[in-house]
Amino acid sequence: MELSDQIAQYLLSGLSTGAIYALIGIGFAIIYNSTDIINFAQGELVMLGGMFTLFFMEKMKLPLPVSILLAVLATIGCGALFERLTIRPLKSPTPLGLIIITIGGSILIRGIVMLVWDKDTHSLPAFSGSEPILIGSATILPQHLWIFALTAVAIAANKLFFQYTITGKAMRACAVNRRAAGLVGIDVRRMVFFSFAISGGLGSLAGIIVAPLTMTSYDVGVMLGLKGFCAAIIGGLTGGVGTVLGGLLLGILESLGAGLISSGYKDAIAFIILLLILFIRPQGLFGRAQTDRV
Amino acid sequence: MKRFSIRVLLAALLSIFANNVFAAPAAIKIGALFSVTGPPSFLGEPERNSAKMVVEEINAKGGIKGRKLELVVYDTGGDATKAVQAANRLIKEDKVVAIIGPSTTGESMAVLPVAEKEGIPLISCAAGSKITDPVKKWVFKTAQNDGLAVSKIYEYLNRKKISRVAILTVSDGFGSSGREQLKANAAKFGIKIVVDDTYGPKDTDMTSQLTKIRGSQAQAVICWGTNPGPAVIAKNVKQLGIKLPLIMSHGVSSKKFIELAGDAADGIILPSGRVIVSDVLPSSDKQKKSLQSFVKDYQNHYKVEGDHFGGHAWDAVMLIKGAIERGGDSPTAIRDQLEKTRGFAGIGGVFSFSPSDHAGLNKDAFVLVEIRNKDWALVK
Repeated sequence: MELSDQIAQYLLSGLSTGAIYALIGIGFAIIYNSTDIINFAQGELVMLGGMFTLFFMEKMKLPLPVSILLAVLATIGCGALFERLTIRPLKSPTPLGLIIITIGGSILIRGIVMLVWDKDTHSLPAFSGSEPILIGSATILPQHLWIFALTAVAIAANKLFFQYTITGKAMRACAVNRRAAGLVGIDVRRMVFFSFAISGGLGSLAGIIVAPLTMTSYDVGVMLGLKGFCAAIIGGLTGGVGTVLGGLLLGILESLGAGLISSGYKDAIAFIILLLILFIRPQGLFGRAQTDRV
Repeated sequence: MKRFSIRVLLAALLSIFANNVFAAPAAIKIGALFSVTGPPSFLGEPERNSAKMVVEEINAKGGIKGRKLELVVYDTGGDATKAVQAANRLIKEDKVVAIIGPSTTGESMAVLPVAEKEGIPLISCAAGSKITDPVKKWVFKTAQNDGLAVSKIYEYLNRKKISRVAILTVSDGFGSSGREQLKANAAKFGIKIVVDDTYGPKDTDMTSQLTKIRGSQAQAVICWGTNPGPAVIAKNVKQLGIKLPLIMSHGVSSKKFIELAGDAADGIILPSGRVIVSDVLPSSDKQKKSLQSFVKDYQNHYKVEGDHFGGHAWDAVMLIKGAIERGGDSPTAIRDQLEKTRGFAGIGGVFSFSPSDHAGLNKDAFVLVEIRNKDWALVK
């Protein structure tokens, strides 16, 4: 087999993994953009999506589409509940305190899921079969196409929502300046609440759509969450195209690194990139420097 | 509220005295260290369940020489430090006469020195061959050595005239031990490892490694890991259209793997303990009786299929039972009798310990199975 064929496969594999990271990364970016905090429980929302779908399918014997819908709604509920119980009660929220709370929350969610369901890994059926699709000499699965499509829809919806709706604009205003947003009559707490609900929904969708490939278990959110976070940081936490490019870049570098250098360094590559970006270009590869802030 | 707690306290005190004064022959205490939680919980949970189950059964039948067994289980969470603390507590506070476990090789290696120092027999349920090689006076094990599984695989490859293989191992204790054994035994069987690659336990896509393997000279792929990684690999192999035979380790010999890998599991070959194929074994098989009773009891107790991990704990309890029946219930007597165990047909294999062998099994402890139509079939 030619090296060029191999590289084609590495690139395609990288793109498909990268799309997963991007989808999860967008969840991070949405919350960051409306609250200025990094929600480290985002990975757990992803996990909840997969686990809820499984629950509705296997325990309630519902068809896949209905299970997915219910799972997304349930996770939106969890995201909202998470905000109500952990973020809102704080008297004087500092970003650092909030971030630590989300880490604690993520451990709590993982523990609850482990106790309520089980510690096993589960698999979801692929949405439209698992017959590989040949592109040139490389292959991908139909499920990857679903991921690409969902990622594209997520960016578009995200763009529309934040640019053209009042709520979206209000959420952006909160991120720029909380107090000023409050002064012009925006209910800041409500916007924070919304952002958690939205990213819960998006996270669960990501979790559901990747579950046929990656499988799901109570602790699947840890690594996926971290990789999504890397993608968001590379993209400058912009919530749109930047994060997606960040995710794709990460996926491709990982795949090429594992194929051409050594698979042992796969995760190291992601975290080295994360560190480099944080040192050299904290605003992200695709983000604008924050000079407008005082 | 206050009165209630005093009453409880009184009752507790009374019961302690009552036990001491009126106790019929005291129960024989056996300790157990299993990682019921934490990453190796897939080992620890069935192990704890099996040990509890078999102890209950022994007691229901009147115990050992009229004395009941009492199992004291501590959860180690897969953490070596916790395992050592719990081992000390078992020996010093619970005063157990023997210890079963821990579940993983790492924990077992950490606990060995404690058992050796205190002179308490320990029967580990982990697979790493270094646990009993070199032989330690007080330490035995019931899980089959990785090396035996490797020999079984290489023998098969020799029969199929395959000499160039690619190995893909998980980067944790199980995988690195398998990798060592695969490399160490290759020359003996005339096998050449042309690709030696690894993947992370939490990785969700291994197409990069497999693409590299597809481009190599390998005639077969050997994957060494525990769920869920190997299921992802099975799916990736199918996605990439790799036609090479795929061989897995005994780490995935449970129905869970078939469930996770789905159609991609078909045609995979792996060495496994006999538990999963107990139905199709010929009735001349020495282990058949033990296996069928274990599988049936586990199904009745826990409503799930028993696996060979649980079998390691079942074997350990039965070995101790045999030792106490033949000798006595002091740690020294148990140790001496364990070492004299010959031809005990358990779940993991037919055990024969000796002063120079505390693992007690040979490669016949494994059978090769192939996954066909989502079920196991024996490879002749």
